[in-house]
Amino acid sequence: MLCQNCGKYEATTHVKRIINGETAEAHLCTDCANALGYTDVFGGFTNTFSDLLGSFFGEPTVGALSSRTVRCEKCGSTFNDIVNSGKIGCADCYRTFYDKLLPSLQRIHGKTRHEGKTPKAVKVETDSTESKISRLEKELKDAVERQDFEKAARIRDEIKAIKEGGKNE
Amino acid sequence: MSKWYLGVGEQSDIVVSTRVRLARNIADYPFPAKLNTKSRTELNNLIKEAVEKDNPFNLRFIEMKTLARFEAASMAERHIISPEFASDADGRALMLSPEEDISIMLNEEDHIRVQVMKSGFALDEAYEIADRIDDSLNEKFDFAFDSRIGYLTQCPTNLGTGMRASVMLHLPALTMSGQIHRLINTVSKLGLTFRGAFGEGTSATGDMYQLSNQITLGISEEYAIKNLKAITLQLCAQERAAREELLQDADTEDRIFRAYGILKWARLLSTKELMENLSLVRFGSVAGKINVPIETVNELMISMQPATINVMAGKRLEERERDMIRAKTVREKLG
Repeated sequence: MLCQNCGKYEATTHVKRIINGETAEAHLCTDCANALGYTDVFGGFTNTFSDLLGSFFGEPTVGALSSRTVRCEKCGSTFNDIVNSGKIGCADCYRTFYDKLLPSLQRIHGKTRHEGKTPKAVKVETDSTESKISRLEKELKDAVERQDFEKAARIRDEIKAIKEGGKNE
Repeated sequence: MSKWYLGVGEQSDIVVSTRVRLARNIADYPFPAKLNTKSRTELNNLIKEAVEKDNPFNLRFIEMKTLARFEAASMAERHIISPEFASDADGRALMLSPEEDISIMLNEEDHIRVQVMKSGFALDEAYEIADRIDDSLNEKFDFAFDSRIGYLTQCPTNLGTGMRASVMLHLPALTMSGQIHRLINTVSKLGLTFRGAFGEGTSATGDMYQLSNQITLGISEEYAIKNLKAITLQLCAQERAAREELLQDADTEDRIFRAYGILKWARLLSTKELMENLSLVRFGSVAGKINVPIETVNELMISMQPATINVMAGKRLEERERDMIRAKTVREKLG
């Protein structure tokens, strides 16, 4: 099978994800998988298959109301992954699962509001080149997940243009 | 270079050492359990470069995989790194000061674990140094932080300040008199963790205990340290009173001198036997019964642990060989 993104090379990375309750599959070559951020590090790919199985049994903490598994966009962790390992996947997990984590934090610390040191103000630049690229990269990943490869190609070209534009300046 | 544990600090009749540890993670990187060896190594090198650019504490970079297993274990015995950190070298690195009082563990449970150790009771001093290192790292990296729940850590038990401050206490009299169990219960209710510093649970080898702040969220660094200080001083006062009472009894003095005798003459000493007898000798030394400097006792407690003896010998020895070397070294040190 050829890579669904570039259509040139053999697909070696096979992704199964559940989006809006439907299973979406993507078959990508190694280069495209890396370029689209589907690596072990950020994609959380290695567990995809067992997670897929797990999702058939539903998420016990959410119960029947949940039709799909919420997954941290950054590291791919589900709330069950966190419960099972006792480890939070990344900083974004805290935002994604904030409401679900809060009762545990209350139990552990007796409080849920930070007091004490605050890091030096993080520089917030509105839509700098970097943040624009990272936003587009996220959109690209989403497009691939939805198998919307036309849109993915457009976004990829846009990113390329920005990156090259930066070089010319 | 003189190591931190060779010194003697405030309240050193009871407080052996102080430690402050800060957990930090770099924003935009998943936490260590979600990183593979390559990304961990990459992150280690980023931090190494940043630290070495401006390095007032002369921290040296050590990749854990370059150390023999017993060398890493010895670092854990000397409290430079955590036992967990010593157990697995994969994608982990350490930055260490020449005096071994400042260490930064990279890719332990969090990306960055800054640790400062001091002899005696020195919470403010240790925190001040850790805080300074934190600030200087923060100039180079954005840390994972949320204004509601503070510094974000891989394990939610460290969330908030990410700070764990602790003191190691030598409490032979409270242990002998059996008051320690009641105190452990009481102190646990005050937001502190109180347990044996060596060994498991409440059985504290060498009557050494560790007292630390239990919670990190909703309590400022300043308040946590203030609370820890106040309880430490109360425990010190109780231990001193218990010592005074025990010393009224001739049996206590007899036990101290018997322990001293064993250490001076034994030809084979296990770690456990050493720790038990050193505890009594330390007690006797502080009470002015035996003329052994407290520094010597502190040093032996740390340097005569199994892996550290292996490091001295440069190879992994059999237990019996270590017991022999341990006995010989202790005899020489006690004159």
